[in-house]
Amino acid sequence: MTSYVLSLVTFVPTLGAALIFLLPRRSDALVKITALVTTLVTFALSVPLYARFDPTAADYQFVEQAPWMPTLGVSYHLGVDGISLLLVLLTTFLMPLTLLASWDSIERRWKEFSITMLLLETGMLGVFLALDLFLFYVFWEAMLIPMYLIIGIWGGPNRVYAAIKFILYTLTGSLLMLVAILALYFLHGTATGIYTFDLPVIARFVLPAGRVQDLLFLAFALAFAVKVPMWPFHTWLPDAHVEAPTSGSVILAGVLLKMGTYGFLRFCLPLFPQASLAFAPWMFTLAVIGILYGAWVSTVQADIKKLVAYSSVSHLGFVVLGLFTLNPQGLVGGIIQMVNHGLSTGALFLIVGMLYERRHTRLIADFGGLWTVMPAMSVLFLIVCLSSLGLPGLNGFVGEFLILVGTFQVNRLAAVLATAGIIFAAVYLLWMYQRVVFGPVTREENRRLADLSAREWVILGPVLALIIWIGVYPVPFTSKTEASVQALITQVQTKAAAPAALAPRTP
Amino acid sequence: MTEALGGALLAIAPAIVLTLTAFVLMVLDLLPPRGRRGHLAFVGLAGVVAALVTTLLLWGSDVSAFRGMVVLDNFALFFNLVIGYATGLVLLVSMDYLRRRGQESGEFYILVLFAAVGMVIMASANDLIVIFLGLETMSLSLYVLAGFFRSRIEAGEASMKYFLLGAFASGFFVYGIALIFGSTGTTNLDKLGAAVAAGASRDPLLLIGFGLLIVGFGFKISSVPFHMWTADVYEGAPTSVTALIATGSKAAAFAAFLRVLLASLRPVQADWALLLWGMAVLSMTVGNVVALAQQNLKRMLAFSSIAHGGYMLVGIVAGGALGNGSVLFYLLVYTFTTAGAFGVILLLERGGEEAVRIEDTAGLAVRHPLLGLTLTIFLLSLIGIPPTAGFVGKFYLFGAAVRSGYIWLAVIAVLNSAIAAYYYLRVIVSMYMRDPEGTPTTVVPSFAGALALVVALWGVVQLGLMPAPLFDLAQSAVLPLLR
Repeated sequence: MTSYVLSLVTFVPTLGAALIFLLPRRSDALVKITALVTTLVTFALSVPLYARFDPTAADYQFVEQAPWMPTLGVSYHLGVDGISLLLVLLTTFLMPLTLLASWDSIERRWKEFSITMLLLETGMLGVFLALDLFLFYVFWEAMLIPMYLIIGIWGGPNRVYAAIKFILYTLTGSLLMLVAILALYFLHGTATGIYTFDLPVIARFVLPAGRVQDLLFLAFALAFAVKVPMWPFHTWLPDAHVEAPTSGSVILAGVLLKMGTYGFLRFCLPLFPQASLAFAPWMFTLAVIGILYGAWVSTVQADIKKLVAYSSVSHLGFVVLGLFTLNPQGLVGGIIQMVNHGLSTGALFLIVGMLYERRHTRLIADFGGLWTVMPAMSVLFLIVCLSSLGLPGLNGFVGEFLILVGTFQVNRLAAVLATAGIIFAAVYLLWMYQRVVFGPVTREENRRLADLSAREWVILGPVLALIIWIGVYPVPFTSKTEASVQALITQVQTKAAAPAALAPRTP
Repeated sequence: MTEALGGALLAIAPAIVLTLTAFVLMVLDLLPPRGRRGHLAFVGLAGVVAALVTTLLLWGSDVSAFRGMVVLDNFALFFNLVIGYATGLVLLVSMDYLRRRGQESGEFYILVLFAAVGMVIMASANDLIVIFLGLETMSLSLYVLAGFFRSRIEAGEASMKYFLLGAFASGFFVYGIALIFGSTGTTNLDKLGAAVAAGASRDPLLLIGFGLLIVGFGFKISSVPFHMWTADVYEGAPTSVTALIATGSKAAAFAAFLRVLLASLRPVQADWALLLWGMAVLSMTVGNVVALAQQNLKRMLAFSSIAHGGYMLVGIVAGGALGNGSVLFYLLVYTFTTAGAFGVILLLERGGEEAVRIEDTAGLAVRHPLLGLTLTIFLLSLIGIPPTAGFVGKFYLFGAAVRSGYIWLAVIAVLNSAIAAYYYLRVIVSMYMRDPEGTPTTVVPSFAGALALVVALWGVVQLGLMPAPLFDLAQSAVLPLLR
């Protein structure tokens, strides 16, 4: 039985964008409401996915498949499993919040802005749902342009530089992935006689270990490493984050960076198991460097947004660490941590955006003593900071703990160094928080700051609720992923152990 | 006898339709009212549509006429489609453009049609002499068209440069034909193929002859190192003529080039594939790197067209139905995209003058959101971002290269695409993210111009979302040559 719910979720934003395109130019309010309603409808459509998702089955669910370019073996194939389910929900959950956050801060061209955001949402959902390599690549690339426009049109003073840097970095990485996808397609085709881009079919194919597999792994891994971003491919990220408007930063941190880690999980590990194992020490090394480097660079930032941006490099290092442990704890931890980072860092960017709207500065030195002026904001800010640094009882702890447990089993040194990263996270986050919130009010302008508005409560409230929910009772989230993770591990192990029965002939 | 004549006429039916239309235009041009000549474009367009219909009606035929000098197979018919689209789009965008530039006259449309006749002949030529005939018919028309805005100094330079270098290239071409004829005693492509298969390729005369042919073709497809004329001609020629040179003439040259390579030289593919490999890499790299530095949109697109020629060479190197089919498909995609892009660019004005610098697009997306969006889609297709046709075209080309084991060529092509993204994005940046300086104006396209843009846009989107039918067509079109 085919259900069309995934197509619906993916393309409702596009429909909304088309609707907005037809609206008259001078009706910002109508445009805003249409966009918000579209994202809310998308979210509402995606929640039943979670409810109806069968946690005991490791297979793809709600699968849809239709031929697209049959002679080439390209099909329109969507499906969701325990790995992508939470990311889809994260995306649909964050979108309405980012639109609300943009309500007043985006001042011009709301029509174009909302169309771009909605197309971006379709692209992101497509990336997580596509089960055909061609389709995946189409969404992966198509999503770049809206993000590029969001940074480049609605961003800060240096936006054009940041936007171009963003797109060139990611485009170079993904184009190499395209060559690897093509190579994989033909390798699979010559070996089995079946020319297809269908991921579940190709994933059954056992590629012999060796140079070909290593090169394919590296081509894919480069595209994903740029997106994550792993050290040393991270330099586009601070620029993009600092210049992007709040909505752009939230989506970048909340969803886009997850595409990199999702790519590792969905493609690198199952398709190239031996290469993944062989390169795991390198990935650990880069991840640990990223964790420590990101944390240290964060510590010395004067700009809060830049600090949060660099902290993403550090946090995503944990995720990569978890994924390449290839054990259940590490993988589940990595997936949960992807969601956690989306929530915590997303919330941090939202708060920075709210502060910026009030003061038009993001420099730590321009704040101080906010506790007395805006107590509600200060409390929420504190909770988010604590969740980001991994305090037990909040979401970040669950993910980091699982990752460290998983890492400890395979690489003690990496686990020890990564734990140091948590300490540094406490240092830069709490030090920043202390300078911004505690102490006397040093600036006259800060005395008159308004506390959270109703709209801001609506934005931050749901995120806070989830942060606490996952921290206290993560089972509803982890349980949905476990079966898929276990299946992934089995798949990697059997493929790594199997002799390459389907050894491809060299073309 | 009549049947033979009928078959022969059938084989050149599209060319006949276009020629007759051109003759009709010549007569109409003499009739009053003097002055506005825009209606001639519509008559010309009707002729192009008739030629396209003829092409579609003839689809699937396999006629050889004039003692095997001309063939009408799906390969030729596919190129007739490409050439027809290119000519039609150029006629549509020219009308309003010529009037605004005060250069509206009947000769323009007549020359465009004669150029199209030459292109169509090249597409179905199966003999080196006939290829040369088509080449010269096309080129002579284009030389004149390039200098059509006589009062502009750049126009004179463009025309002169195009003519002199083109004449050189023709010289190489004819000399090559002479050597080939001297070595094998034939200019028929099939007989040449038989001779090559029989071992004639060891004859140095024949090798030099083919080398000279490749120089001639290299010039026409503006492949590095024979590209020197491209930027100046593109810049100096009227923008709609630039569109024709970039799309139709390139398609026709590729048609003849492919036929020579596949019909005559396939037995020695390993040798020329290496040569084309080098030309592909040079064209892509030089084209893209030099395009980075351009401030003039027409020059930028000129260098980018050199690079796109390089991508297409990748498909030829890859070979087979997949590789060569990809080249045909890419030419179709490139025609829609490039004709569309030039169609938007010729609407840019500043103080009544043409404005083709990148700064002149500043704020276009605010001034004219729809035009801005249209140009953006064309540029995204040139970069190769899905779901535009440009992406699918590149996907097929690079896929063919990977399949044939030319992984490094594919990687070089892919890295080049990333370089290319930078300069196309500069235009998008300018349109969306910069405020205009001074008072640029953008002319709202006339009905004809808008129609051309809509058709081109439809092509880019349709071939991007549903490429399969036309790609299968392109692939089947090269099959007659791979028998």
